[in-house]
Amino acid sequence: MSRRTRDALVGYALLVPSAVIFVWFFFYPLVRLFVMGLHQQNRTGTAERYVGWSRFGDVLTGEQFTEGLRISATYVLYTVPLGLVLGVLLAVAANRRLKGIKVFQTIFSSTIASSVAVASVVFFVLLNPQIGYFSSVKFFSLSDPDTALRGVALSSVWQNLGLTFVIVLAGLQAIPDEVDEAATLDGYGPVRRFFRVTLPLISPTLMFLAVVLVIFALQAFAQADILTQGGPVGATETLVFKIFRSQQPIDQGTGSIMALGLFGITLLVSLAQFLLLERRVHYGN
Amino acid sequence: MGTELFQPTWKKVAWYAVLTALAVVILFPVYMTFVRAISQPRAYVLAGQPPWPVHPEWDAFSRAFSLGDLGRKFLVSAVVTTVIVAAQLTTSTLAAYAFTFLQFPFRRLLFYVFMATLMLPIEVTLIPNVQTIRSLDWLNSYPGLVAPFLATAFGTFLLRQGFRGIPRDLLDASQLDGFGHLAFLRRVAIPVTRPVVASFAVIAFLSAWNQYTWPRAVVTEGRWETVQIGLKTVTATTAEQNNLGFAAALVVALPILVLLIVLQRQIVRGLTAGAVKG
Amino acid sequence: MSEVAFDGVTKRFGEVTAVDQLTLDIADGEFMVLLGPSGCGKTTALRMIAGLETVTEGTLRIGDRVVNDVEAKDRDIAMVFQSYALYPHMTVARNIESPLVARRFHVDADAPPRKLTAAERSERVDQAARSLGLTDLMGRKPAALSGGQRQRVALARAIVARPSAFLMDEPLSNLDAKLRAQTRIELVELHERLATTFVYVTHDQVEAMTMADRIAVLNEGRLQQVGPPQAVYERPHNLFVARFIGSPPMNTVPGTVVRTDTGVAVQLGGQRIDLDPVAHEPLADGTEVVIGVRPEHLAVDPDGQVKAQVRAVEWLGHERLVVCDLAEHHITVRQSSGAEPVAPGDVLALTADPAHVHLFDPNTTERLN
Repeated sequence: MSRRTRDALVGYALLVPSAVIFVWFFFYPLVRLFVMGLHQQNRTGTAERYVGWSRFGDVLTGEQFTEGLRISATYVLYTVPLGLVLGVLLAVAANRRLKGIKVFQTIFSSTIASSVAVASVVFFVLLNPQIGYFSSVKFFSLSDPDTALRGVALSSVWQNLGLTFVIVLAGLQAIPDEVDEAATLDGYGPVRRFFRVTLPLISPTLMFLAVVLVIFALQAFAQADILTQGGPVGATETLVFKIFRSQQPIDQGTGSIMALGLFGITLLVSLAQFLLLERRVHYGN
Repeated sequence: MGTELFQPTWKKVAWYAVLTALAVVILFPVYMTFVRAISQPRAYVLAGQPPWPVHPEWDAFSRAFSLGDLGRKFLVSAVVTTVIVAAQLTTSTLAAYAFTFLQFPFRRLLFYVFMATLMLPIEVTLIPNVQTIRSLDWLNSYPGLVAPFLATAFGTFLLRQGFRGIPRDLLDASQLDGFGHLAFLRRVAIPVTRPVVASFAVIAFLSAWNQYTWPRAVVTEGRWETVQIGLKTVTATTAEQNNLGFAAALVVALPILVLLIVLQRQIVRGLTAGAVKG
Repeated sequence: MSEVAFDGVTKRFGEVTAVDQLTLDIADGEFMVLLGPSGCGKTTALRMIAGLETVTEGTLRIGDRVVNDVEAKDRDIAMVFQSYALYPHMTVARNIESPLVARRFHVDADAPPRKLTAAERSERVDQAARSLGLTDLMGRKPAALSGGQRQRVALARAIVARPSAFLMDEPLSNLDAKLRAQTRIELVELHERLATTFVYVTHDQVEAMTMADRIAVLNEGRLQQVGPPQAVYERPHNLFVARFIGSPPMNTVPGTVVRTDTGVAVQLGGQRIDLDPVAHEPLADGTEVVIGVRPEHLAVDPDGQVKAQVRAVEWLGHERLVVCDLAEHHITVRQSSGAEPVAPGDVLALTADPAHVHLFDPNTTERLN
């Protein structure tokens, strides 16, 4: 056997373990989503009949999906901008040469240690309508359908703060000292320097971070599951929450189509990220 | 920003004040959870839920283990996390090696196919995947908890980036020395890219330990709950007992917090991979 | 110890032919330098000997074995890479030991090859390290070594397996000029000590001239000429070799052969250079040629037939180069720095040493005389 043939065989062999998982749990289920979307099962999952593509339109314009999408989109709006601003604030505050700054940097990044579930329990302590320390604050009260999502969002913002801080700080530290020194020599004050020099230079990092946070927010489930169980009156039922609840045979068709809707949205966001990264590469060169 | 070496003292003091205030805000939720975890629940409510402990009961943490069966949950989480991290390291390393050092037809195409899986989060494929697990009778089992996470395109991508930094000459030299591909991988490629491998391992650990949606979907018996799913019981317990749930939440975060402090460099490098140029 | 023989060897990468019909015999114990500009196929030829590239056509032999399908590790050769290819995470000792770990060696007479024991390995490693003065550096990693030290480690790693042929791919190109000159001498000494075949790839003609037993000049995948350095320098087979070897390069100017009653000459524009009549018998009157004369074979002579105007003078200390315009070409004259001063604008009368005039066919670029 020639070396070329042998190398090719070794190559394929090394891909097999990953490929098995990817086909089994990524691509096959993707196909299944379409198949399940096209069929309606009975209550016990023992029989199914073809219902056709028309249901895709019905579901994607139906109240369940649009409401879930509205809630998820609102969740993105609540978590992403606030998370970014706070992350930049923390990073700028902690990016200086002071004795003991490492301690502060560790504290600021500490919420990385918190899972979504842990963050949700921690905010359960603060916001739970019965026992919460801040349960009387109307603005993010979990007992009011109009404000409950804000409370849930707060836990996400806190939980992602560590990650946001770490990434923005790395972005700030990648700026050469000379750039700031040059700006100082040009007579820029600290505020101007931040908006004219620092912010533009870390904007690619912020773009990346924004996309990551958007995807996180679109996948939000545990927060609502623990803090509100989707309530009150469904006000915190995110898209994933609704998909999660559609696992009974009779709901699977609808759930599958909603999952494909979520896939489409994730794809768009990822595409946006890809285009932004491409552009960044071009700027870089 | 980082260059202000000669600052007046008052400015330094002001910065310390700002930093301290921010630290307090960030730590406050954890502090309150801690207060609630160690306070005797009824006494705490009667005292008007103050921001300090009331009748502290330090055994809340140990009782969380005995009453809440936290030990069993820790075991499940530990097994699941270990298997996932080990498997992801293996599968990603092998695939990344193939994509970097071996020539074969459709290499580029297959790489893109692999990367496409990054667009398919478990939330999207949840319904059919749970069905698969159910049909295999893997609900409430280790195989069911780990199967979809035995490989990850993120790891393949990250390790390939690392491997691409290895000069081609090293592979040639290794072949002249009589070593095959697997020996080169073990003797040279992995040791040379150890920082990248470490970063990926840490990230894999973090995401495996912190998983929620998937175990919530494939576990219906308390015995098979991971620590994260176990935390949900806090919402179901009575006000008299929920301090144990809060204690549990703190304990669950502890391994990662320790990891974060010990391996801060690797974590930061792993998290910022791709985010910051250079 | 082995000879290496290319017989009509071609290497193609897709559409690109890197080595074209190469036939070359490298004798046992010879120091052969493959010389040529980048992209000429010399490294590809070397990598085929090593077994790092496959042979597309033709046969390649090492010793009496056809090795086209023999794996790199079974070819009994060692290679020094341009980048040295040291394993960055291993100590010097482990780097040197690497070729001994996995391969089998003929150690015991009449017994099949076997793996070396740890003791045998460490003895060989120590010996190789000692011969290259690396004994004190054995515990260091490559990053903690100077460029020269790294180069020595690469050499030690090559000699440790006692191969039958050494392949070297521009091993000096990462050294500074002074170290390079010193290492050239050491490599020649190493070759004498080991008495083994060396195949050495370089684009640097100084390395080729100073070290080679024979030079093989390659261009665009084809062998141009093989021979001892002096022969290649003194009788280049074609215009490429004539221009590639020698610094500054040979002056080459197109002209026409003129036969008269008194002898043979070449007409260059309005001027004429006489040729040695015996040596140029076959050239017919009116033949188009390219005439080549090395800078050191041109001399300023009041009786010189050729007039050229000085354009620039480069003073190099021990000599100087006078660049002149001649028949719309630049020619360079090499003079000792003690010669009579000249200045730009001066018109010089030049003579060419008739024994060192080269004539080439402008179409085939082949040598005519």
